[in-house]
Amino acid sequence: MRTDFLEIGNGKAVDRDRIPHLAFDDFRSQAMGIVDGGGKVVQYFAYEDSGGIKLLAVLRTDRLLAAGCDAPEAYPAMSLTSEPFHLFERELAEQFAIRPEGHPWLKMVRYHPNYRGREDVFGNNYTEDIPGNYDYYAVDGEEVHEVAVGPVHAGVIEPGHFRFNCIGERVLHLEIQLGYQHRGVEQLLMNVDARRLPIIAEGIAGDTAVGHGLCYAQAIEALTDTTPDAGARIIRTIGLELERLQNHVGDLGALSGDVAFLPPANYCGRMRGDFLNMSLWLCGNRFGKGLVRPGGVRFPMTDVDRETLAGRLEELKPQVRHTMELLFATPSVRARFEECGAVSTDDAHKLGLVGPAGRACGIAYDARRDFPTEHYAQLIIPENAKSTGDVYARARTRADEVLQSMDMIESLLKDPVQTQCDLPSEFKPMSSAMVVTLNEAWRGEVSHCVLTGADGEIVRYKVKDPSFHNWNGLAMSLRDTGISDFPLNNKSYNLSYCGFDL
Amino acid sequence: MTSVLLFILAILLAPFYSAVILKVKAFFGGKKGPPLLINYYTLVKLLKKGSVYSTSTTAIFKIGPMVSLCAAFTVLMFLPIAGQPPILSFQGDVILLLYLLGLGRFFTIAAAMDTASPFEGMGAAREAYFPIICEATLFMILILFYVITGELSLAAYFSSGQPAGFWQAAGAPLLFVVLALFIVLLTENSRVPVDDPATHLELTMIHEVMVLDHSGPDFAFIELGSFLKLFFYATMVTRLICPVTIGHPAADLVIFLATMGVVYVAVGVTESVMARYRMDKVPQFVLTSFALAFFATVISLEFLK
Repeated sequence: MRTDFLEIGNGKAVDRDRIPHLAFDDFRSQAMGIVDGGGKVVQYFAYEDSGGIKLLAVLRTDRLLAAGCDAPEAYPAMSLTSEPFHLFERELAEQFAIRPEGHPWLKMVRYHPNYRGREDVFGNNYTEDIPGNYDYYAVDGEEVHEVAVGPVHAGVIEPGHFRFNCIGERVLHLEIQLGYQHRGVEQLLMNVDARRLPIIAEGIAGDTAVGHGLCYAQAIEALTDTTPDAGARIIRTIGLELERLQNHVGDLGALSGDVAFLPPANYCGRMRGDFLNMSLWLCGNRFGKGLVRPGGVRFPMTDVDRETLAGRLEELKPQVRHTMELLFATPSVRARFEECGAVSTDDAHKLGLVGPAGRACGIAYDARRDFPTEHYAQLIIPENAKSTGDVYARARTRADEVLQSMDMIESLLKDPVQTQCDLPSEFKPMSSAMVVTLNEAWRGEVSHCVLTGADGEIVRYKVKDPSFHNWNGLAMSLRDTGISDFPLNNKSYNLSYCGFDL
Repeated sequence: MTSVLLFILAILLAPFYSAVILKVKAFFGGKKGPPLLINYYTLVKLLKKGSVYSTSTTAIFKIGPMVSLCAAFTVLMFLPIAGQPPILSFQGDVILLLYLLGLGRFFTIAAAMDTASPFEGMGAAREAYFPIICEATLFMILILFYVITGELSLAAYFSSGQPAGFWQAAGAPLLFVVLALFIVLLTENSRVPVDDPATHLELTMIHEVMVLDHSGPDFAFIELGSFLKLFFYATMVTRLICPVTIGHPAADLVIFLATMGVVYVAVGVTESVMARYRMDKVPQFVLTSFALAFFATVISLEFLK
């Protein structure tokens, strides 16, 4: 199909004048054409520009494509036929009061007034608590009941409201209500002192500090035409893989605990600590905060560091492998994981699932392989796609990635490239440019998009956490699944509340 | 006199034995685990506290824990411990005991429903369902025991050397009974693979979710009640797998307590080596106990003729 969308690179700045500015109808039909042809939405958002509101879409096929247009006040919803736009259109309606007419589920996303001070699309005045002027889906009939969980939970976890419509033990529908953690991150990123930016970026989702930190740093590097040296790229890659290990290992242990199989739960809990301590060794923070900064990394890696980390990894590797074998070879665990909360490949495409959740459904996409950054172009990233889309597939994908990540770090630690840690303290981004960065964090594709104005100031900072795509995958998993299997499914995704709420 | 002393000893020891399970699970998980006296500390801690009552609950909510504890006490009075005769016994007491435990469960369920929490309602529905199958198993075992002994009292089944008589009369099929009784023990006491006593996830709980709203002394009653209930079932299994009596009360007691330890360790090992079943598979697991008891009875009855 012929398209006017411009091909852009991951982490490559483009002059905003070069981005095709289409008539809205062309923009809409071409964007839908790309997505209907198998493309996915990376970013689709609005921004204020010289008094007017403009739209920008970044789509991905095997390439990254971008185009913009003037925003209409209302337009026929694209979600009607192109499902991957669904949540993006809701976000657009919430942030800029642009109404997608005929949208199948026009519900607020994070529950905040729009940026333009226009009349609210959802009829909310935001004096009431979430969900304001919105009726949850309800079911009615014999043996039908509703279970409401949260937003305050029985553990130390983030707030989110789950509404189960059940018939007996079976879930008919799960409605997930988030927004309790909305902090206004995107607005904050545009208005604070530039020196606070990396710290805020790392705090977008605390368990993806390296992933978001990396997206931010790459965006600033592209806008200032800076290239980190080879040593820094390797250390960043190690940081991101360590983050993957920490979270995957921790979650696999939690999955085991959820089915009351304690040995792997305990072992994984301990090993997660060991991986966290490797990050601690690397940068002084267990979650990798403060490691990545625009221009490189803040901490070099000496031969002693390499030896220490390689030694720890060598010790952990057989332990991790044995624990995974124990977990997946136990018949009672398999019985719980298999055929639990399956999402079909077709549904996964429509929901736009990313990361291990998407790969478990047969979508091989991995930003590390398809749009490599840092040192990933030199690494072999296996496909990891499964076909069943159930808890087993998600757990297995994550276990496979754990083993692969350990191999990757091991090989990277053998590469004694030095890095200079004299990072520039001031950045002057180029004027009126746009950059999109994508990284495969442990949950999936994290993407930041930065637009600069005439003086190089940030006029729009758009953040997208993989959880934005995947929460609806969890809801889909619960369809026709036992309500007692919710914790298991929830843990197999382990999505971020704050990464979604921003 | 001995019976009363043994009754008191049982109450005092039940929390200790439950902690053995925790130790075994900790061992399998590569952890140190809580101290063996943890349950006593917990009970004392709870008894020192005050209870919190929701304004939406009624008197039923307060009666629930007391009734279930009293039921457990009463049942224990009929239980022959270490081969000694129980405090109370009469022809047909077994049926009373089964329904006394049922009464305790009824009040726990009623108290859970009283809170109007959707979680507790779900837990109550599960708790009401699974024991129905256990009841069928227990009655099947009862038929077998009745045919062998001609009696309907626990004292007749488990006092002195009688359990050995079962082995002589029924032979190998009694292994089925032991296994069936063990499954009933796991189900009735909310153990893995039926329930997970350690989980914090309300949606997956069966027994634990029903008692979420109880606090302080009320919760202590529930905890003690569940320790006693486990002790009751474990005693029956113990006497079946180790029916020997030397004749010296002290020596018998030592043998009994040691075998009890083995049964509790077996529960701990079961919990450590397998995951719990998916909720809709649990009835099949519990039904297995009925099938085993049924076959044991049919085979033995044929054999006895």
